[in-house]
Amino acid sequence: MRPAVQVDRISKRYEARTVFEAFELDVEAQETVAILGASGCGKSTLLRCIAGLTKPDAGRINVSGEIGIVFQEPRLMPWLSVERNVAFAARGDVERARVKDVIDLVGLAQAAHLLPKHLSGGMAQRAALARTLLRSPKILLLDEPLSALDALLRLELQGAIAQIVRETASTAILVTHDVDEALYLADRIVVLEGSPAERSLELTVPPSLRRSRYADVTEERIKLLSALGVDKRQRGASRPYIKLAERQ
Amino acid sequence: MRKRYAAALALPLALFAGWFLLTTVGGVKTAQLASPADVARELAALAASGLLWTNLLASVERVAFGFAAALLVAIVLGTAVGLSPRIEAALDPTLQAVRAVPSLAWVPLLLIWLGIDETAKITLIAIGAFFPIYVNLVAGIRQVDRKLVEVAEVLGIRGFALARRVVIPAALPSLLVGARIGLTQAWLFLVAAELLASTRGLGFMLTEGQQISRTDEVLTAILLLALCGKLSESAMRALERRLLYWTDGLPV
Repeated sequence: MRPAVQVDRISKRYEARTVFEAFELDVEAQETVAILGASGCGKSTLLRCIAGLTKPDAGRINVSGEIGIVFQEPRLMPWLSVERNVAFAARGDVERARVKDVIDLVGLAQAAHLLPKHLSGGMAQRAALARTLLRSPKILLLDEPLSALDALLRLELQGAIAQIVRETASTAILVTHDVDEALYLADRIVVLEGSPAERSLELTVPPSLRRSRYADVTEERIKLLSALGVDKRQRGASRPYIKLAERQ
Repeated sequence: MRKRYAAALALPLALFAGWFLLTTVGGVKTAQLASPADVARELAALAASGLLWTNLLASVERVAFGFAAALLVAIVLGTAVGLSPRIEAALDPTLQAVRAVPSLAWVPLLLIWLGIDETAKITLIAIGAFFPIYVNLVAGIRQVDRKLVEVAEVLGIRGFALARRVVIPAALPSLLVGARIGLTQAWLFLVAAELLASTRGLGFMLTEGQQISRTDEVLTAILLLALCGKLSESAMRALERRLLYWTDGLPV
């Protein structure tokens, strides 16, 4: 079967900096891949290239199916209510008729009439998620969608995203610098490092660890974390995202 | 709120009192400065003869048509220039050059081309009102959040739909500020147009009053102009409050 997303030897430079040089990545249908890496390593650029917002200088990206993207910020139209913001993505009556359902799905039924300025950060991000889900995209691109939220809310929304991805049988690419989030949501984790960015590490999350939480400290999880470099004695100190994992 | 109204009224009341004293115990003659009573009499006479409404209506009509034309053209050109670098390159330098000409310099040409009828006056008012609207709208479109435009791009919303659904609403606060300034300009240019050539209107009352040395008529026209300007400005602010319910900033 053809991969859902095929990044085929793309190159991208910003002035003197080479972000990608013949970079490759395949994502299978219904797979959730987490891209981990320090800020500025090219994770977001990769996602923007897949979404078509940034053009790679060379190489091709093949995508089979419609793409939906959730950004780091909610990016709601401030003059539209939640309901109208979600309906913003509608292309016809069929999708317009689904607006209420999607708002229910993200748990915003009570807030459908509110303007963005009256929403909390978590509610706004839920509304943005609903707008993206309205078109039932086959491929969901998540660009650090939860990084601006506080810890408790992040846990809650991680659960919501996991459920939605499962229920809609979507392919998902999650860009994050949070190791725990990657472990919780992903089937496969790809670590980007260097300039140009390389896949410095790649591992499959064993089924027993998927959807596991920080509290589930099993031997298998510890092994996985240390493979990701979340262990000071190994190659830890050079990786900024370790700080997040160290909380446990 | 009541305190604010009181503060706003204090200066006009003081001025009125000063005016009253000057023309009564101050000994200033009516030929120099008509008294409040003279003005009130003139106002009543004009209202009774129907001239008040004729003149008022003539002026309001000119401002309305001139301003509406300016608004329409400024929205079309401003949106095109704001959205398309190519149209900007083709149009903006010329418009900026035209803007640098003091608008009253157009008067002789307008009179030659369009005569002294309504078209010339409305055109002059439109020229005066156009630039503040245009400049503010273009600046507003420049400041539209790229991130919102990207959301639309990912959803495949482009061209005219992008302008209508994202760019114009996002630039609306700037457009309304421009429209408010433009409307003030429209009144300014109305007087200029009517001073030059007209047979009715508030500006005509000013010229006529001057020619026949009737300070009561001049002052009546000035009062009416102040009233019209203030009313139209308040109307614009009310419109802003209504349309900009979604902004997070302080009330304008």
